[in-house]
Amino acid sequence: MRSDIILRVVAKILIPFALMFALYVQFHGDFGPGGGFQAGVIVAAAVVFYGVIFGLAAARRAVPEPLVESMVAAGVLVYAGVGVAGLLLGGNFLDYFVLDHDPVHGQQRGIFWVEAGVAITVSGVMLKVFYLFAGRGRDFEEEP
Amino acid sequence: MLADHFPVLLAVVPLIAAPAIVVARSGFLGWVVALVVSAATVAMSAALLARATVSGPISYAIGSWPPPWGIEYRVDAANALVALLVSGMAFIAMPYARRSVAAEIEQGRHYLFYALLMLCLSGLLGMALTGDAFNLFVFLEISSLSTYALIAMGRNRRALTAAYQYLILGTTGATFYVIGIGLLYLVTGTLNFVDMAARLALVTDTRPLVAGLAFITVGIGLKLALFPLHAWLPNAYTYAPSVVSAFLAATATKVAIYVLMRVYFSVYGIDAVFRDMPIGPVLAVLSVAALFIASATAIVQADLKRLLAYSSVGQIGYITLGISLGSVPGLAAAMAHVVNHGVTKAALFLLAGAMALRVGGTGFERLAGLGRTMPVASFAFVVGGLSLIGVPGTAGFASKWALVSAAIAAGKWWMVAAVLLSSLLAVAYVWRFVECAYFRDPPADAPKRGEAPLEMTGPALALTVLVVVLGLHATPVLEAATRAAQALAGVAR
Amino acid sequence: MSLFGHFSYWATVFLLMTGLYIVIARGNLVKKLVGLGIFQTSVYLLYVAPGKLIGGTAPIVGPGFTLYSNPLPQVLILTAIVVGVATLALGLALVVRIREAYGTVEEDELLALDAQED
Repeated sequence: MRSDIILRVVAKILIPFALMFALYVQFHGDFGPGGGFQAGVIVAAAVVFYGVIFGLAAARRAVPEPLVESMVAAGVLVYAGVGVAGLLLGGNFLDYFVLDHDPVHGQQRGIFWVEAGVAITVSGVMLKVFYLFAGRGRDFEEEP
Repeated sequence: MLADHFPVLLAVVPLIAAPAIVVARSGFLGWVVALVVSAATVAMSAALLARATVSGPISYAIGSWPPPWGIEYRVDAANALVALLVSGMAFIAMPYARRSVAAEIEQGRHYLFYALLMLCLSGLLGMALTGDAFNLFVFLEISSLSTYALIAMGRNRRALTAAYQYLILGTTGATFYVIGIGLLYLVTGTLNFVDMAARLALVTDTRPLVAGLAFITVGIGLKLALFPLHAWLPNAYTYAPSVVSAFLAATATKVAIYVLMRVYFSVYGIDAVFRDMPIGPVLAVLSVAALFIASATAIVQADLKRLLAYSSVGQIGYITLGISLGSVPGLAAAMAHVVNHGVTKAALFLLAGAMALRVGGTGFERLAGLGRTMPVASFAFVVGGLSLIGVPGTAGFASKWALVSAAIAAGKWWMVAAVLLSSLLAVAYVWRFVECAYFRDPPADAPKRGEAPLEMTGPALALTVLVVVLGLHATPVLEAATRAAQALAGVAR
Repeated sequence: MSLFGHFSYWATVFLLMTGLYIVIARGNLVKKLVGLGIFQTSVYLLYVAPGKLIGGTAPIVGPGFTLYSNPLPQVLILTAIVVGVATLALGLALVVRIREAYGTVEEDELLALDAQED
């Protein structure tokens, strides 16, 4: 589909906006529909869109496989890290109250990092699933 | 103090270990981490059991949100015992796993196997310890999804269809559980088990309660392979890798049984479930059906692992029979059999895996003459089989004796007859192995006389010895089970 | 009015039955997964619909609002949706592997192929 000029141009315009929207959804989960999972899926969808238009190999160059695999694990470790940080700072597991100088800011900080971990893992998993499914039983050359 | 956080660390440490193994990308490091983590979980659950036995239920508030607003991990004598069983089985399987996984799974995927095993362990432990109904669902799905993937790693291509079938049935079961919990939440407004139990006493309209209990029974029944919801179990246990079969047979269904016990006895209460609803007779009928039909099916199997799988469905019938009595002694007998059967089945599956490694399969035509080729493993298998039958001196006898005593105390003589008659069926399917191993000649391409590597035979023999020890010194397990039953029933109104 | 007041529950039951019927009655493995997804969607509706209180606003604290919808079911169902997506992904991965190993994704053909081997 790379030869189709309309698709190419539209993709190049839309993908940055999609990524920006994902960041918006990520950070506005406190005040509206959104949060880590939704943002992660939108990021993955943007990269999948790129892969569909420009070819799986191009997508693999933009977001390499080792990065995706480590994203899957890193997000979970960030989430667990926030939990353990609560433990180390004197509270219970996943205690946000102790993460900052006062409970309210602690809650905000905890939720921020937890959602970041979720977004990293979800986008990693969705991309990994896409790479696995799309790369199976076919050669890795670009589509004509 | 670190010990205060053991309730949550028990579920969190394996959960952190899994992505750590994925990042490390090394099969050997994955095995080392899995070994260390399972040892740590054994130590933590033993400490928790000791504390819960002495000082009563331990309450841990995740995120320092006090229950019932926050998620509470509530450890008492019942779930600490279950957690000890799960972590103990994981730890015993680890030395075995190194050789077994190397033989059955391709090298590049070893680290993924250990990561999945850690996720499964975390899910099962979280399920056992949590006091929040929806948190239980989350951990149920964590353990289930990793189980589906673990089963699919088996060598035979039928492992894939077995995993798919288990996925469909297991997800249906988990969703039924969520529906049941949803109905309970709509009626009581809370998800915390203790709070729910208190509020259920004040509910006047009981129809959502009955519907909720029905949904939860069917849902958890699918996970614990209650007859006739057991269709996924034979295929899943037969075609999964040996370590996975052994670990699952000892843990996955047992934790589901614990969840059923918790919902019946702690949340609803003995009166509501067994007096106002016909759960007792229904469970009893299904259990007796499981005992006879599953044990009979085991007799005609051509593959040893499949025989053990059907035997598991039958033995779960004993446990649900104990639950159906609706009394604390019956519940204690069921809990004792949870532990004893878990240990026995794990030993048998580990031995079956060791045999498969040496003779190249678990079909009976390959196992002929095993008494001569692998004498130690065959003898240990017979000992495990005796425990399945319930011969005095083995762990199986102790829990069956407790079950028969509870049945006599309730005046249900037909139950006693059912237990004794089904043990005869167990004799028949254990005899199949004895006849195959000791009264037939080995096939032409049999290996020389010798056991499987020590790393595999050691844990299997250790568990077999434990089966005999638990049979001769049955009091610790029976007392722990009685305390567990009292803890389960005591929280009710 | 009982019928329209309970509309969400009727929809829940309809989706539940449809999903379960598809899982049981369809032999194609992918269609079974679709049925499973529909079945899980009915559960989402069961939780979320009663959470919306009549006259309640979104559960974000703001001046001038006294009645808020229940945020807990929304959070629970978000988790359940993620679990459903993970299950679907795992199921489809298994279907891909089954297709490669057997050459088909129809249940009756799979059973026939397995029976041939025995």
